[in-house]
Amino acid sequence: MKKEFKAAINRAVNDANLTGALGKFSEAYKVNRTKAYEGIDFEALRSRIAEAKSAAACHLDEVADVFQKKAEALGAKVYRTRDPQEVKEYILRVARERGVKSVVKSKSMATEEIHLNPFLEKNGIKVAETDLGEWIIQLAGTTPSHMVMPAIHMTKEEVAELFSKEIDERLTTDIPRLVKVARNELRPRFLEADMGITGGNIAVAETGSIVLVTNEGNARLVTTLPEIHIALIGVEKLVEKFESVAPILDALPRSATAQLLTSYVSIITGPGLNDDGSQKELHIILMDNRRTEMAADPKFKQALQCIRCGSCLNVCPIFRLVGGHVFGAVYTGGIGTILTAWFDELQKSEDIQGLCIQCGNCKEVCPGKLDIPEMIMEIRRRLVQNKGQSLVQKAIFGVVNNRKLFHGMLRAASVAGKPFTSGKFIRHLPLFLSELTNGRSLPAIAAEPFRDLFPKIKQPKCQEKAVFYAGCLIDFAYPETGVALVKLLNKAGIEVAFPQEQTCCGAPALYNGAYEVAAQNAQDNIAVLLQQGATYVVSACPTCTVALAHEFGKTLESVGRGEWLDRARELSAKTVDLSTLLKRLVDEGRLSFREKEDLGKITYHDSCHLKRTLKVAEQPRELLAKAGYELAEMHECDMCCGMGGSYSMKLPEISAPILKSKQQNIKDTGAPLVAMDCPGCVLQIRGGFDQDGSSVRVKHTAELLAERLRD
Amino acid sequence: MFEQFKAKATGVGAELHRFPTRSDALDFILQFLEREGMADAPGSRAVWAKSPFLEGLERRDLREIPGLSFEVSRQSAAQAKFGISQMEWALADTGSLVQDQSEVEQRLVSSLTGIHIALVPSGNILDGKSALFSRINPHTSSYIAFITGPSRTADIERVLTIGVHGPDRLLIVFVDELGGETA
Ligand code: SF4
Ligand code: SF4
Repeated sequence: MKKEFKAAINRAVNDANLTGALGKFSEAYKVNRTKAYEGIDFEALRSRIAEAKSAAACHLDEVADVFQKKAEALGAKVYRTRDPQEVKEYILRVARERGVKSVVKSKSMATEEIHLNPFLEKNGIKVAETDLGEWIIQLAGTTPSHMVMPAIHMTKEEVAELFSKEIDERLTTDIPRLVKVARNELRPRFLEADMGITGGNIAVAETGSIVLVTNEGNARLVTTLPEIHIALIGVEKLVEKFESVAPILDALPRSATAQLLTSYVSIITGPGLNDDGSQKELHIILMDNRRTEMAADPKFKQALQCIRCGSCLNVCPIFRLVGGHVFGAVYTGGIGTILTAWFDELQKSEDIQGLCIQCGNCKEVCPGKLDIPEMIMEIRRRLVQNKGQSLVQKAIFGVVNNRKLFHGMLRAASVAGKPFTSGKFIRHLPLFLSELTNGRSLPAIAAEPFRDLFPKIKQPKCQEKAVFYAGCLIDFAYPETGVALVKLLNKAGIEVAFPQEQTCCGAPALYNGAYEVAAQNAQDNIAVLLQQGATYVVSACPTCTVALAHEFGKTLESVGRGEWLDRARELSAKTVDLSTLLKRLVDEGRLSFREKEDLGKITYHDSCHLKRTLKVAEQPRELLAKAGYELAEMHECDMCCGMGGSYSMKLPEISAPILKSKQQNIKDTGAPLVAMDCPGCVLQIRGGFDQDGSSVRVKHTAELLAERLRD
Repeated sequence: MFEQFKAKATGVGAELHRFPTRSDALDFILQFLEREGMADAPGSRAVWAKSPFLEGLERRDLREIPGLSFEVSRQSAAQAKFGISQMEWALADTGSLVQDQSEVEQRLVSSLTGIHIALVPSGNILDGKSALFSRINPHTSSYIAFITGPSRTADIERVLTIGVHGPDRLLIVFVDELGGETA
């Protein structure tokens, strides 16, 4: 990571105004969004949107043809180009031909994308942004930090300062007054402007319509008062049918600002008349700028389903900490990383792609059904493919690919009771054990790893058999979790097998873009895990479970090892996370806990992969309640703890504050005990409490349940 | 449906009134304009765009009211405090009003003024967008406008503030006598 990039992150996380405002906003957003969607089947709604947009993305050129024909028949001029430079020149040409001196604009990310304002101004044309947020950043000479709320990074003090300068009058921080100043200052600009420039939220091919969604009322003035209207629209805004407008209008305001509908929606179809009775001039520019290439890429085609609502930023734990500007000048957050990689260039995303901790929050709320974390992983993979891995990483993953060597080194490091802090090389191992202790203590490598403990466990002979896939953390740092798992399953009449040849699940390699390594890990594991012929393959680590159940197939496919797919599917079908299996066993009456006894309060932390990829949240809660605990939910129980595998090592400056707020939320419940289903989260959160000397106990659910089994 | 509309529209800051007859509604509007200080001076005038409400109404008296004008232009609207127009549909699920605003004067009175008074036939309240979409037609309307509450922003510190570039008040006046689909 580049030095300046790290410096920008540090500035951002230490900017109390920024993190305070964003944090508060993102917490409120979650509540308001849920309320706005009350009574609406979000899954059905977003499927309709995704289908409509994806259908258009499948044949962009044809859809654009239809749009062009239709709009031109109505009297609009349609200009299509792949090249952002040509867009700017076209607009300038129209302006010159028509003697345009001043332009009013309503908010448009497409114009930001091509840096239109400075270009027009350089050519002697006055440009006024009229969206309040855009005007603020125009006056401040900065760039938008959020696609819906461009000035969210600025305080009212800063705005008052800017406006005072602009109107040469000392203004206070009274927000309604500041808004009035904007109204009064911009009103004459609207009335005198010769040209209005807008974006477009939707473009409908069959009718040639464009749809504008705004709150302030500026777009209505921009499209009504000046004689010329230019709409600059990215081709991803195209839909084929007029009927697709309704679902997008249902989702966009709810997702963007938690409104049922924005104050104004305008559906413009062809040029109307000006107020003096003359014909308005309407130019619609359909801009490509690599969107067609994106649509042709199977991994990124889904990006064209984006409706630019910004909700992925609002729920992102990283965005709420660092804000937009760390991501760059135009599109920010997770989706911004993807758009930057394409609209700018892949290499530009090298640093910012690393900001994504893969928590999956964005994917869950995206009304366009974009899998942002997956696309970011793909960017990572391509970067590694282009540039190759760093030497250190190569060395690390070389070891991971050699199970004997890998496990041998871990063993060598297992010095009882002593924190694992030996040599530079070893601390980079994908076990994520590092001497970078930023706010978190690290566990000792267990004196005896699970693989050595296992043969000593006496198991009853049972009919049913489960293979236990431990994963590195349980095997080498938390073997007690594995012991608890064996005890629980034995009690339910399931015998546990632990094939010693199992190796790393490949997640560390995968999350670092080293797909070949991950594929080798996948292949090795599939072979040994299926060999046992067991009914289940069970894991107590959600990251491992996701790897076995979802990633192996995808990874093998992406490196062209298709011959493994059937076996990957077979493994996937057998794989189950421990809580889900236990809940089933309890329901079937095969497992029960000791008579109820009041064990007091407990709170539960949802791990990202368990909750959002495996969709498991109720099972561990019900099990803990059955075992005698009283559940006290924490604020934002499913917000990431900041671990994210090696993320906490690469970006400790972000991981640490995320952990801190997680710890605070846990403490606020008053529960002396917090349970979770992921050894990675245990490592992170236990380390945090250990460091700050607090007495909260951090436990894997399996251990708490095993304590409560009937004798 | 009226109750649902009312809840949603007032929820976003619109003010709602309902009258059985046109003359009741007209009385209310005239009293309102007077109370709010309509006068024949820049910034205090009212402009009334072409509306079915006005059809067949004896307008001579109305024309004599100082400050009230039926000539809508960019200048008259820009100098008016009040804009009056008729909107065709009301959507119960979002509290929105919808109208074919292809005629520019419909937009001028509802976007340049400070207070927008929207007359709506009580019988034209629809469930929501799906009912609406079978009734609007972009082929014949070059500018379909949805208005939901007054103009708003939250661009400074996410604080909701009413009245940026559009009206800061929206009065919705339902008139039963105007009929409508379900009347
Ligand atoms: S990626 Fe999804 S959530 Fe993000 S802006 Fe696009 S549509 Fe909205
Ligand atoms: S996966 Fe999580 S960290 Fe990554 S972009 Fe989405 S919300 Fe942000």
